Amino acid sequence: MRGNMILRIAAKMLIPCILLFALYVQFHGDYGPGGGFQAGVIFGSAFILYALIVGIEAARRAVPAVVSRVALALGVLLYAGVGVAGLFLGGRFLNYSVLADVSTAGQHLGITLIEFGVGITVAAAMITVFYVFASEER
Amino acid sequence: MDVFGLYNYWIVVVLMMTGFYVVIAQNNLIKKVVGLNIFQVSVFVFYISMSKVKGGTAPILDPGIEVYGNPLPHVLILTAIVVGVATMALALALVVRIQHTYGTIEEDEIDAQEEET
Amino acid sequence: MAVIALALVRVRDLFGVVMLSGIFTLTAASLYVVMDAVDVAFTEAAVGAGISTVLMLETLALTTGQEKVKRRNGLVPFIMVVVTGAVLIYGTLDMPSYGDPGAPIHRHVAPRYIEESGREVGVPNIVTSVLASYRSHDTLGEVTVIFTATVGVLALIGRSRRNRRKKEPQATGGGKDAR
Repeated sequence: MRGNMILRIAAKMLIPCILLFALYVQFHGDYGPGGGFQAGVIFGSAFILYALIVGIEAARRAVPAVVSRVALALGVLLYAGVGVAGLFLGGRFLNYSVLADVSTAGQHLGITLIEFGVGITVAAAMITVFYVFASEER
Repeated sequence: MDVFGLYNYWIVVVLMMTGFYVVIAQNNLIKKVVGLNIFQVSVFVFYISMSKVKGGTAPILDPGIEVYGNPLPHVLILTAIVVGVATMALALALVVRIQHTYGTIEEDEIDAQEEET
Repeated sequence: MAVIALALVRVRDLFGVVMLSGIFTLTAASLYVVMDAVDVAFTEAAVGAGISTVLMLETLALTTGQEKVKRRNGLVPFIMVVVTGAVLIYGTLDMPSYGDPGAPIHRHVAPRYIEESGREVGVPNIVTSVLASYRSHDTLGEVTVIFTATVGVLALIGRSRRNRRKKEPQATGGGKDAR
């Protein structure tokens, strides 16, 4: 029981930091290493750590399985949506330059949006797979 | 032909062959998946070692730096890593399924059960 | 790294195998940092040492814990592996040296990306700009692959949590009920 307690306290201190770090990596992917994939994986593993500590039922109350499945599809939709928005605004598919007045600002906006979409999908994929594996019985 | 400069490729070949051996010679399905993972990592090391430029740095634009490493293999490998983990999740789900259906994850026992039917 | 890989072949306890695989990917991540690939090292460390290990441990919990001993004829695979390795080493004799700046890989498209990325895209991280702007179609395909693989996992073993596992043999795939 003592070992369990140390784990719980350490995890309680670490998990908010990990989530914050995942957000930092997501939005600073332009200026340093990082971007959508890394952020999604870190977010997913923070959640898996939480689920390992408090048990699968409590984790299910925090993020229900439906939410993670919807988020999975939402990320892909966001990505394709940015591409189609480029189509509507006059450019080609996935051309970001037309999203704003200045070409580089448009690129920046487009890149941030699609990285966010990628991050959401990757995090949701990790969480969904973990749920599926953890709820299976022998 | 500078033989000593090729040592990184030989290390990759050694790793690749180890992974290959695990996949074809071991019976246990989980070990096969792990062997596939080793093979995958060795291919990534191959590509990344090809992208290194002597005296270059990470490909992040900075005013004081002249020579950068080649960013193109990095992009490929980033994609490959994440897709690799997704397919590994799928492979492990298949292993769990096989365990439910056959009751074992040793390959020769599965073959024996298949031959009975 | 080769030592870890060889140890993986010999160890029979599957838990040890999974741990060794985690160490293997972590060592690969530090190797990538040495080779100036920081984005890749980041991803490999997060994915390999985190997610992969957790998934394999869960699969272990659902199946068995030991590899069964089996005296199998190990000579044919060994010969095949040695022959393939020799052929591959023969093939690498033609390749450019490690770190050579004049290698063909650095000639065609990469200089254009490095030089024009600051002007056209305006984002300092060249890897992100190539991934998200120059090659964004590939990234769209990749996100779709992740989505599809997860849907595949859901279809394989994502069936009902609430009704416990039935014993009938027809309970294999075929329609996801009870979300």
